[in-house]
Amino acid sequence: MIERIELTKRFDKIDPLSIKNYLDFGGYEVFKKALKMKQEDILNEIALSRITGRGGAGFPVSIKMKSFAKESGFKYVVCNADEGEPGNFKDRYLMEKDPHQIIEGILISAFSTGASKCFIYIRGEYAKAIGIMKNAIKQAYKTNHLGMNILGSNFSFEIEIRRGAGAYVCGEEFALIESIEGKPGRTRVKPPFPTQVGVFDKPTLINNVETFCNLPFILRIGGTEYSKIGNEYASGTKLISLTGNVKNKGLYEVPYGRTIREVIEVLGGGVNDNKKISMVQLGGACGAIIPESLLDMDIDNEKFNIFDSKMGAGAIIVMDESFDMFDIILKNMEFFQHETCGKCMPCREGHIQVLNLIKKFVRYSANEKDYLSLESLAQVIHETALCGLGQTSMTSIISTMKFFKEDYQQRIKESLFKEEYYG
Amino acid sequence: MVNLRINNIDITVKDNMTILEAARQHNINIPTLCHYPDLHINSDCRICVVEIEGYKGLKTSCSTPVSEGMNISTNTPKILNARKTITELILSNHDATCTSCVRNMRCELQELAKNLGIDINRFENVLVKKEIDNHNPALIRNANRCIKCGRCIDVCKEVQGMHVLEIIGRGHEMEIAPAFGKYLSDESCTFCGQCANVCPVGAIIEKDNTNTVWEKLYDPNYHVMVQVAPAVRVSIGEEIGLKTGLISNGKLVSAIKRLGFNNVYDTDFTADLTIMEEGTELINRIKTGGVLPLMTSCCPGWINLAEQEYPEILPHISSCKSPQQMFGTLAKTYFAEKENIDPKDIYVVSIMPCTAKKYEATRKELRIDNENPDVDIVLTTRELGKMFRQMGIDFDKIDEVEFDDPFGISTGAAVLFGATGGVTEAALRTVYEILNNKPLEDLEFKSVRGMQGIKEASVKLGDLEVRVAVSHSLANARVLIEDVIAGTSPYAFIEIMACPGGCIGGGGQPYGTTNDVRLKRIASIYEVDGNMVYRKSHDNPSIKKLYKDYLIEPNSTKAHHLLHTKYSMRSGKA
Repeated sequence: MIERIELTKRFDKIDPLSIKNYLDFGGYEVFKKALKMKQEDILNEIALSRITGRGGAGFPVSIKMKSFAKESGFKYVVCNADEGEPGNFKDRYLMEKDPHQIIEGILISAFSTGASKCFIYIRGEYAKAIGIMKNAIKQAYKTNHLGMNILGSNFSFEIEIRRGAGAYVCGEEFALIESIEGKPGRTRVKPPFPTQVGVFDKPTLINNVETFCNLPFILRIGGTEYSKIGNEYASGTKLISLTGNVKNKGLYEVPYGRTIREVIEVLGGGVNDNKKISMVQLGGACGAIIPESLLDMDIDNEKFNIFDSKMGAGAIIVMDESFDMFDIILKNMEFFQHETCGKCMPCREGHIQVLNLIKKFVRYSANEKDYLSLESLAQVIHETALCGLGQTSMTSIISTMKFFKEDYQQRIKESLFKEEYYG
Repeated sequence: MVNLRINNIDITVKDNMTILEAARQHNINIPTLCHYPDLHINSDCRICVVEIEGYKGLKTSCSTPVSEGMNISTNTPKILNARKTITELILSNHDATCTSCVRNMRCELQELAKNLGIDINRFENVLVKKEIDNHNPALIRNANRCIKCGRCIDVCKEVQGMHVLEIIGRGHEMEIAPAFGKYLSDESCTFCGQCANVCPVGAIIEKDNTNTVWEKLYDPNYHVMVQVAPAVRVSIGEEIGLKTGLISNGKLVSAIKRLGFNNVYDTDFTADLTIMEEGTELINRIKTGGVLPLMTSCCPGWINLAEQEYPEILPHISSCKSPQQMFGTLAKTYFAEKENIDPKDIYVVSIMPCTAKKYEATRKELRIDNENPDVDIVLTTRELGKMFRQMGIDFDKIDEVEFDDPFGISTGAAVLFGATGGVTEAALRTVYEILNNKPLEDLEFKSVRGMQGIKEASVKLGDLEVRVAVSHSLANARVLIEDVIAGTSPYAFIEIMACPGGCIGGGGQPYGTTNDVRLKRIASIYEVDGNMVYRKSHDNPSIKKLYKDYLIEPNSTKAHHLLHTKYSMRSGKA
C-alpha cells in the first residue's frame, strides 16, 4: 500500500452538510479529549509528532504554536484556505468533503494556545467550499462546538469566514492578514512575525487547512506514534494533488518517504497513450521542474533543497513529451507577472523582464547574453524578494537551468540558425 | 548589548538595532534607496541586502535586527550583482531622461546607479507613459519618474494624516496616486509638499516658477520686489551645498540682490505685523468673550485642511492674513502709494520654504484688487537655489548686505515664525507685555520649543491663567482640532503648522529634510533670535511707524480691510 488514508478517511462516507454524520464517525471526540488535557501537554504531543506546516514552507508547527502560546491578550487563529497555487486542490477537497475535521483541528490549536477567534480565509473562487464551511460553522455553533463555554468548558471560541477576492498573493500569510483587515493584499516586513503582530495587530497563529486537519489525527494516535509515519525529514501523511498527463488524476494521501515515481505510476496509473514523461513540476507553479530521471526522489527528500523547493503544497504536475518546456515556463511566468503585488521592486520590475527574456526562448530568438541575463535575474529575484511569491516564482527557471541546461543551449543554437537562415 | 561581525570587523551595538543602523554607527556604508530616517521601514527596494552566515538568501539590512554572533558581509559579488540588477530593473521602468529632470545630479536613484557603476542596462525599457498631473498651482506629480518607494505615501498618511496618496493597481501596473488616479487637486491635498521633499527622484516636485521670475526681472515695466520668509535664511545654505543650518542673512540678501530685484524685503517684517494684529485679536477675544481658542492662520497647509475638512473650526481661526499675504497687500497699497507706483506695475515675489504658499498666493479672497494677486509668484527655497546656480553666484565670496527699508527691519520674535512654537512664543512676548503692563523678564518660552508633536504652555495674562498649545504636522493638528470641535479644548490660543518642525521643515525646503536636519535649522532660528537688537514685535520701530503713518492702530478699520480675511468651507479647489 502506498496510500495511508487518515485525513481523507471520511471522504464520501459522510455527508459534509451533516454534523451528525461526523459525530457518528467519532468526530469531535479528540477535541473533547483535548479539552480535558493540559495545554502544554497538547503542545508537547504536537512537538513529538514532528509535524511541519502543510502550506508549502514546511515550518515546524510546534515551534510556531509554542511561541504563539506564550503571547498574551486577545489572540487570533487564521486558517489559510486561499489555495491559489496552480495544480493544488487538496484544501478544496478537505473543505468540501469533511469540513468539521478542519473545525476540530482549529479548535484544538486554539484551545492549546489560548486563542479566542478564528478567521477562515477561503479562496474566492471556492464557492461550494465556502457554502459547506459556512453550514458546518453554523451547525457547530448550534451544537455548542463553537460559541460560549464550548461543551460545558471554560473555553469560548468563534469562527468567521472571510472570502478572498482572487489574488494569488493573499495565500502569503501577511498579505492574507492584510486582506482580512480589509486592505489590499500586500505583505508586510518581517519581523515582527504573525505570531507576535498579526491580524489587527494581535498575535496570530496562521496555518494551512491540511495542517489543522492533522491535529485531531496527532492527538488520536499520539505524537510519538505519528512521528513514525514518514521518514527522517518529515512525518505524517501528505495530500498530493496529482494532475497533468496521468491516467488517474486526483487527490491522494501518501505518507512522507514514498517516491514521486510511485505516486505517478502506481496511483496515477502512468502516463496517457504510453507517452514518456518529459518533466514533472512539483508543488505548483512556484515549484521545481525536474526530469524523469529524478522521480525516484522521496516526497520531501533533502535533495529538494538543492533548488530551495520541497514538495510545496503537494502538487505533482506530470508533463509528457508533447510539451515544450519553454511554453510551460512562459505560462508560469505570465501567471506570476499577473499576480505579483507590486510592493517590492525586484518582484514588481523583475517579472516583466523575465517574461521578456523567456519569450525570446519561446520564439527562437534567444542568445547567450539572454541566457546569462535570465540566470542572473532569476537568482536575484529569488534571493531578494520580500515575500514567498518572489522568492519561489523563479524556481521553475532555476531548476530547469540546472536539470535542462542542454535544452537552453539547444534553443540558443536553434535561434542562431533561425536568424541566419530566415533573418 | 549585541556582539556581531560585519565585514570581518567585530562590533558591539545596542539591542534591537537593525543591521543597517549598526553598520552605519560603525561607518560601514550600506546603500539604500527606499529607506528614509524618520519614516516607516518599508523594505521595498531591497537595495540594502546583505549576506548573513547561516541565513538563506539575502536579507535586507534595514529591517533585520541584529542578533548575537551574526556574521555579516555587506559587499560580496553576489550582493553587488543583486544591487546592480535591482537598480537596472528600476531604471528599466523609469523615465531616465536625467538631464531634463529637476533632480539631475541630486537624485537618489541616479546617485545609487552611479555608485554601483551601472554602465549598461541589460533590460528593455518597459515604461508605459502616463499623464503628468499638472493641475494645481503648487505640485507636479510625474508618475513616469516614480519608482514606487512609498515614502510619499508614508509621509502623507502617517506624518500628515491626509491619506491623499495611495498605492493603486497591482503588480507591474501598480502606481502611487490619489485614489482612482485622480488629480491632487481633486483630493483633499493641502499642498504641504512633504511628499515632494521626501521623494528620492523627480516624481513629485514643486511647480517651477523661476522662468516667470527671470522674465519679470528683465521687464522694464515692472518694479520687482521680493520677500524672504524667516525659515529660508537657515536652509538656503544646504540648498547650495553649504553646512546644514547655516545662518545666512546678509549673504542671502546680497545674492538675491544680484539676481536683479529692485527691493529685497523681509517677511519677518509682516510676521511682526501679524503678531500685532493677531495678538490684538487674541486680547479682544479674551476680553470680550469671543470665540476661543484662537487658532493661528499663518500656515496655508493648515488653512487648506480646515476649509476642506473642518468647517466647524473656521470661526476659531484668526482672521489675520498670513505674513506672506500681508506683505503682498502692503506692497500694493502702502508701498505703491508711498513710492507713487501703480500697483499693477509692482511685481511681488516670495521666497518661501513652502509649496502650499504657491496655492495661497493664487487665492482670490486674498486680493485687494480683484484682477491682480497681492503676491504674484512664490518660489521655494529650492527654486531660489536654482536661480543662484543659474546665475553662477558664489555664495561664499559675496558681501553681506542688509534688507531694504521700509520692510527690512524686524525682530527676533518674527524670525521665530520659522520654527514650530515660534508664533506662539512671539505672540506671548507681545500679549504678555500689553496685558500685564510690565516687561517680560524671560523672553524664551522653552516649553513650546522642540520637536515634540504637541506642546503646551501656561501664562499669566492679567488676571487670567491662559493655556496655549502648539502642534506641528497635520496628524498632530487633527488631535487639537478635534478637541476644539468637541468643546474639550482647554486652550485659549493654538498654533498649528502643517509641516513637521514648522516652516523650517516645509515642503519647499532643501531635499533631505530629516528630523536631525530640522533640529539644526531650529537651533539656528533661536540663534538668530538671540542676536537680534529687537526681540519683541511691538518694539519694531518700522511697525510703529507703519501704524502711525498708515494703519492707525492694530485691528483698526483700515488694518482690517487690508490685513484680514475670511474663511469658507470648500470641497474642490481652483
